[in-house]
Amino acid sequence: MGYSVLSLIANALTGQRGWTPAWRDAEPKPFYDVVIVGGGGHGLATAYYLAKEHGLRHVAVVEKGWIGSGNAGRNTTIIRSNYLLPGNEAFYEWSMKLWEGLEQDLNYNAMVSQRGVLNLYHSDAQRDAYARRGNAMRLHGVDAELLDEAQIRRLYPFLDFDNARFPIKGGLLQRRGGTARHDAVVWAYARAADRLGVDIVQNCEVKGFLRENGAVSGVETTRGAIKAGKIGLAVAGASSRLAGLADLKLPIESHVLQAFVSEGLKPMIAGVVTFGAGHFYISQSDKGGLVFGGDIDGYNSYAQRGNLPTIEDVCEGGMALMPALGRVRVLRHWGGVMDMSMDGSPIIDRTPIAGLYLNAGWCYGGFKATPASGWCFAHLIARDAPHPVARAFRLDRFATGRLIDEKGVGAQPNLH
Amino acid sequence: MRIPCPYCGWRDAQEFAYLGDATVERPDPAAADAPARFHDYVYLRENPAGPHSELWRHSAGCRQWLAVRRDTTTHEIIAAEFVRGRGARR
Ligand SMILES: Cc1cc2nc3c(=O)[nH]c(=O)nc-3n(C[C@H](O)[C@H](O)[C@H](O)COP(=O)(O)OP(=O)(O)OC[C@H]3O[C@@H](n4cnc5c(N)ncnc54)[C@H](O)[C@@H]3O)c2cc1C
Ligand SMILES: [Zn+2]
Repeated sequence: MGYSVLSLIANALTGQRGWTPAWRDAEPKPFYDVVIVGGGGHGLATAYYLAKEHGLRHVAVVEKGWIGSGNAGRNTTIIRSNYLLPGNEAFYEWSMKLWEGLEQDLNYNAMVSQRGVLNLYHSDAQRDAYARRGNAMRLHGVDAELLDEAQIRRLYPFLDFDNARFPIKGGLLQRRGGTARHDAVVWAYARAADRLGVDIVQNCEVKGFLRENGAVSGVETTRGAIKAGKIGLAVAGASSRLAGLADLKLPIESHVLQAFVSEGLKPMIAGVVTFGAGHFYISQSDKGGLVFGGDIDGYNSYAQRGNLPTIEDVCEGGMALMPALGRVRVLRHWGGVMDMSMDGSPIIDRTPIAGLYLNAGWCYGGFKATPASGWCFAHLIARDAPHPVARAFRLDRFATGRLIDEKGVGAQPNLH
Repeated sequence: MRIPCPYCGWRDAQEFAYLGDATVERPDPAAADAPARFHDYVYLRENPAGPHSELWRHSAGCRQWLAVRRDTTTHEIIAAEFVRGRGARR
């Protein structure tokens, strides 16, 4: 069923009884041309673009739990394309362009909201770094504005401008950045993929790979073996585990990142604001809750929950930026398992094993990448050639020295 | 999460700094295949879900390096010992 104002009115008048499930609960078939492992945003987007852009008709997404139960449903929903390095910027900007047409393309309200992403700076050196980043963005045709303190005061008068240690001197604003509803993005891609014939198989965990002459030829799952022409891994925090089943070792560590939501408040924070002197970022959901987060906990973890020191650290960052937060109560917090790569940038590439393709290393920034990641991974799988905007995301770049170290901290995953 | 420092006893993880995987070993730079081995040493990780051997420094305590065995799926600490002296035993 197509969604429109008319379908809304018709269902409102008939007691909302006319809605049908948004996607089929598919049984696994014995064979697919392509099996995508992982029903997060990236896996579902990949399947959708495989069907839509490359005309593949026999595609399945196999998901160990329910779709969106991983990081796709746990993130703080920020979308932006304010990257510095050439290998990154064209990719994230392509993602932003896809976000801008996503709801029309998928016929789904994903609540894409270009409310602006503001990165604050607190020192001369930081202003210079942000000016450089903004200039790099503009050279790529991306919007960026360097604001001074007076301009920030007009936008967010309640920030702690005269903080003794970290006075706010200005910020870099990307107006086209913002937020999107994470669950809705998952459901939108699932529904659109399903309508093009993609099978979405839930509660189906991949436990091993079928091998023929060195190549992969299918997956062993908790719901039986599924043969496949090609297999794409898009399992985020579980990337090393899946790769390990194929005897591959990845330049990735899994770390936990926490996020927090406050009680609902009246509209207060119009866009996304990040603190430049610590790691803290905040926005307000349409329901009114303040959504915020900060650093990863910093040690390897698959636990999907973090520890108190990081919670304190995040809240301290919040208080240094926005003292009014002190009286707000935190309602919920949770953790997700991040696939932290060794240079902080992702991998969309073939693997040394024929038939096996890898989409991983998103660190804590992969939500914004969802559309372009799916687009480029589908391109790679369908044509066996990298998409031009994702050419730098190679698995062998760690051996060739072509790292994409956006933050400049080296092979220390807990610092990215 | 608390870590049992052999010298200081059970201390909050906040007192420790994390370095990471304790099983990787710096290769011999004179070896013929040193570039490939250095790649593996610097970049590749087992990244296990389960028991993990890792280096923590008790930086706000006795300042010793510890080798800690910890389950990455539960954060349970299985063992902790000083790194100093480990080399001699190996
Ligand atoms: C707290 C938090 C905040 C974040 N904030 C942001 C943000 O503001 N902006 C941003 O851009 N990014 C953010 N991220 C990062 C972003 O959420 C991730 O990079 C992105 O969601 C990863 O891609 P995905 O959606 O495909 O992953 P996931 O949703 O994790 O999908 C992977 C799927 O694979 C499945 N799987 C695993 N193993 C198997 C198996 N053996 N068989 C079958 N299926 C399997 C999992 O169940 C999971 O559903 C945040 C992440 C977290 C945790
Ligand atoms: Zn100690």
